[in-house]
Amino acid sequence: MHAPAPHLLRAQAIAADTRPGLRFLTCGSVDDGKSTLIGRLLYEQNLIFDDHLAALERDSRKHGTNGADIDFALLLDGLEAEREQGITIDVAYRYFATPRRSFIVADTPGHEQYTRNMATGASNADLAVLLVDARKGLLAQTRRHAIIASLLGIRYAVLAVNKIDLVDYDQAIFDGIAAAFAAFAAPLGFKDIRAIPISARDGDNVSSISANTPWYDGPDLLRYLETVDVEDDRAEKPFRLPVQWVNRPNLDFRGFAGTVASGSLVPGDEIAVLPSGQTSTVKAVISAGEEVEAAEAGDAVTVTLADEIDIARGDMIAAVRARPQVADQFAAHLVWMSAEKLMPGRSYLLKINHATLAATVTELKHKLDVNTLAKLAAKTLALNEVGVCNLSIARPIAFDAYADNRDTGAFILIDRSTNETVAAGMIDFALRRATNVHRQSLTVSKAERAQLMHHKPAVLWFTGLSGAGKSTIANLVEAGLHARGIHTLMLDGDNVRHGLNKDLGFTETDRVENIRRIGEVARLMTEAGLIVLCSFISPFRAERRLVRELVEEGEFIEIFVDTPLEQCIARDVKGLYRRALAGEIKNFTGIDQPYEGPENPELHLPAGEADPALLADQIIDELVRRKIF
Amino acid sequence: MNWRDQHIRLRRLEAEAIAIMREAVAEFRNPVLLYSIGKDSSALLHLALKAFAPAKLPFPLLHVDTTWKFREMIAFRDETVRRLGLDLLVHVNEEGLKRGVSPVASGSGLHTQVMKTEGLRQALDKYQFDVAFGGARRDEEKSRAKERIYSHRSANHGWDPRGQRPELWRLFNTRIKPGESMRVFPLSNWTELDVWDYIRAESIPVVPLYFAKPRPVVKRDGALIMADDNRLPLLPDEVPRLQNVRFRTLGCYPLTGAIPSDADTLDAIIDEMRTSSSSEREGRLIDHDENGSMEKKKREGYF
Repeated sequence: MHAPAPHLLRAQAIAADTRPGLRFLTCGSVDDGKSTLIGRLLYEQNLIFDDHLAALERDSRKHGTNGADIDFALLLDGLEAEREQGITIDVAYRYFATPRRSFIVADTPGHEQYTRNMATGASNADLAVLLVDARKGLLAQTRRHAIIASLLGIRYAVLAVNKIDLVDYDQAIFDGIAAAFAAFAAPLGFKDIRAIPISARDGDNVSSISANTPWYDGPDLLRYLETVDVEDDRAEKPFRLPVQWVNRPNLDFRGFAGTVASGSLVPGDEIAVLPSGQTSTVKAVISAGEEVEAAEAGDAVTVTLADEIDIARGDMIAAVRARPQVADQFAAHLVWMSAEKLMPGRSYLLKINHATLAATVTELKHKLDVNTLAKLAAKTLALNEVGVCNLSIARPIAFDAYADNRDTGAFILIDRSTNETVAAGMIDFALRRATNVHRQSLTVSKAERAQLMHHKPAVLWFTGLSGAGKSTIANLVEAGLHARGIHTLMLDGDNVRHGLNKDLGFTETDRVENIRRIGEVARLMTEAGLIVLCSFISPFRAERRLVRELVEEGEFIEIFVDTPLEQCIARDVKGLYRRALAGEIKNFTGIDQPYEGPENPELHLPAGEADPALLADQIIDELVRRKIF
Repeated sequence: MNWRDQHIRLRRLEAEAIAIMREAVAEFRNPVLLYSIGKDSSALLHLALKAFAPAKLPFPLLHVDTTWKFREMIAFRDETVRRLGLDLLVHVNEEGLKRGVSPVASGSGLHTQVMKTEGLRQALDKYQFDVAFGGARRDEEKSRAKERIYSHRSANHGWDPRGQRPELWRLFNTRIKPGESMRVFPLSNWTELDVWDYIRAESIPVVPLYFAKPRPVVKRDGALIMADDNRLPLLPDEVPRLQNVRFRTLGCYPLTGAIPSDADTLDAIIDEMRTSSSSEREGRLIDHDENGSMEKKKREGYF
C-alpha cells in the first residue's frame, strides 16, 4: 500500500478548529499492535516528517521486527529502553491533524504491570481504541482495559480487531470477537462500541476501506475517528469553578482564578462558595487577561465578586441553585497505582480540585475482578487492582460524583513519605456521618475502652505565649489524627471559658481553678479513651504539673510552642498585646506577668518561623514513636 | 471579533497552559521561567502574563546564556524585558568559559553539556528555584512525548523516565522533597503549528530571525550555518553566500541550521509549515549525535 501524494494531505491539514481535538487512547495486550497502528495511521496520512522517516528506517534495520519493512512501532516507542525491549512502557502522546479533525493520541502500554499508565492515558481521553489480536480473541488484558476505560468515564470505544490478515480475513472470527465483546461490555456503560477489522501492518481499514474485507460495510478507523461525536456537555451542566489561586495584587483587587469545570458564567450570576456556603454575585469575569462578557467550561478565568467573602484555594464557586455536595466522607472507586499496597487506616494525602488534605480509607468494601466484574472480599489493594471503598478526609470539601463531572469528582492519593501518586480515585457519592458511625459498646474498664479505640488515650498539652501558634498547631494535629481514624477532643479557651468555666475570672485563684477543671475534664476524656488536645497559655509550671499528676504516667504530653515574645507581639492576631502594652489589660502573660517555660517538655517546638503543618507532623510522629497509635 | 469564538481548540490549549502555570505558582515557593528567547518562550511568556493579570509576573525569567546565541536573540531578549518591565536573570557558566568550551573548539556535545546543562544546573542551585517553567512541547521529540507536564527532578536535577509519577486528569502531584525540583511544561500539548497560530492570533513579538531575509550562510555537514560574528572559523572552501533563509528553531548559531525560505510574514511562515516535510529539530545539530540523545541529555538535567 502506498502513501498518498507527497504532502498533499498535510497541505490541507487545517484542523477543524471550531471544536476541541479528539483525545483518544489506544490500548490492548502486548503485541496486539497499538504502536504499529498509530505509526501506520501517521504514515498513511503522510504525517511523518522526512527526517523522522529516515530515522525510522535506520531504527527498523537495527531493532525492527518486520525484516526489511518499516517497523512503525519504533516511531512511537520513544524511550531507549523501549526500543531495545520492543515494548511500550509508558504513555506516549502523539499529535496529528487531518483536514477534518485534530487528534491527541495517548499510546499506552499493554503489559499488565503498566496498567496504571493506561488509566493515566484514559483519564484525559474521550474515546478508547481497544486492540485485539484476531488470532487470540478477547484476553484478560482486553477486558481489564475496557473496564478501566469505562471506570475513568470513557463512553466511546472502538474494538479494533487487528491482524485480520493472519486469519484470512475471516468474517466469522471477526463477528465472534465483536459479539463476545458486546456481551462482556454491556454493563460498562459505553454509549457506542464500534468493531472494525484491521491490519495495522498492512493498512487494511486503517485509513481506507480494504478490498480484503468486502463483508465489512462500516467506516475505516480514521473515518470513524474523524466523524464520531463525543458530545461535550460540560457547558450545559451546573456552574463549577474550583478556586486555584487567589489573585490579590493590591488592596483594590481580589480575584479568584481557576478553570471553569462545567457550566458558564456571566457578570451578575448568583454564586455560592463551598464549603462555607456564603453567597454573592459575580462582578466581573476576566479570561485570558481581558474582561469578558461570558465564560464557559474549559476557560481559565479570574472572577471578582460583589461581596468581600473569605475564599481560599481549594474552595469551589458554584451555581447558587445547583450546588455540589459537601462532605468529609465519601464512597469512591480506586485504581491502585503503587507497588506498595493500600493500607486502610493509614494517612494519605488526597488532592482534589486544588485542595490537598489528609485522608484515610476507612473501609475497603470490595475489589473488582476486572475479568468478570465480580465483587471480591479484600483487605488491601495491590498494584493495578481496582476497589470500592469509603474515605474520610480531614475537613469537608465540595465535589460532584465522577459520573456527573469528571473534573470535580476525580482525585489522586499521594503517599506522605515517598510523594508517589499511589491511586486514582473517582467519587461515587457522599457519605453522611451517620452511615459510618462506629459501634458503641458497654465495656466498663478504661483499658477495654482504649482497646476499642485502637489507640491509647493521651493528653496533648500545648503551652506557650498568647499568639505563639498553639491553637493553629493543635487544630492541625487534631485534623491529622482524625484523618487517621483517631478519636480526639479539643479543649481550649473558647469552648471551656464560655461554658464550664464561665464563672471564673482572671485572678490568680481563678486561673488555677480554671486549669484544675480543665485537667479533670481531660482526665475523664482519657478514661473514655480519647486523645485530648488542650491549648492554653498555662504560664505556671505548678498548674501544668497538677494536670500531669491527674492522669496516668505517660499519658501527659507537654508540648512547648516556643515563639519569641517579639514575634508574638508583632503578630498580635487578636490585638491583645497592643492593649496590654497600653495598660488596658492587666496580668498579661509576657507583658506584666511572667511565663515559666517548661523544663523538660516531651516536645519543644521552636515555632518562630516554622511551618505549623510541619510542626503538627512532628507531633504526630512523636505520638507514633511513643506508640500511642 | 475575538479569535477565541472560532478557534475553540487553541482557546482550550491557552486555558490549559494558564491553569498549569497557576497551579505551580500556588504550590511552589520559588518559581522561575526558563526563557530561551525562541518562539515557544515568547508564547510561554505571553501566557504567563495573562495567567496572573492584573498582578505582575510572580516570578523572574532565567536565561542560561552560552555566549553563542545569535546577536539578534540577545537584542530581542533585552528589548522584551525592557518593554514588559520584567525581572531577568542571566547566567553564564563562567567556569566553562574559562576552560575555553565553545561549539567551535569543543564540538556540539561537550558545549551543550557544559554551557547549557551544567549552566542550567548551576543557576537553579544558585537561586534555589523549586519549580522551573519551560516551553518544551511533546511533539518536538520522542522522549519528550513521554515526559509529564509536571516533571520531577532529583536533587541532582536528573530525570528518571522509568520512575515518572502517573499524571491523571489535571491533578498534578506537586509534592517534592527538600532539594528536589519540578520542571513544568505548559505547552506540552501544543504543536509547532499551534504555537505559530497563537503568535499570529495574539500578535506576539518574536525574534526577526524567524522571518526570511538574505543572510550570509555557509553549507556545513548539510546544514546552512550563518556566520553571525567572526568567531566562526571558516574552512578554505567555505565562502559565506547571501541567501534567502530563515530559522525554524533558534539556539547557538554555529549549531543551528537555517532553512532556505521566502517566508517573511507570519502568514507565510504558517503556510510554509503546513507543507513542510521535515521536523522542527532537523536544524538542531545537537540532537543528531545519536538517536536517543535527547533522552540522555534530559536524564542529566538538560531541559
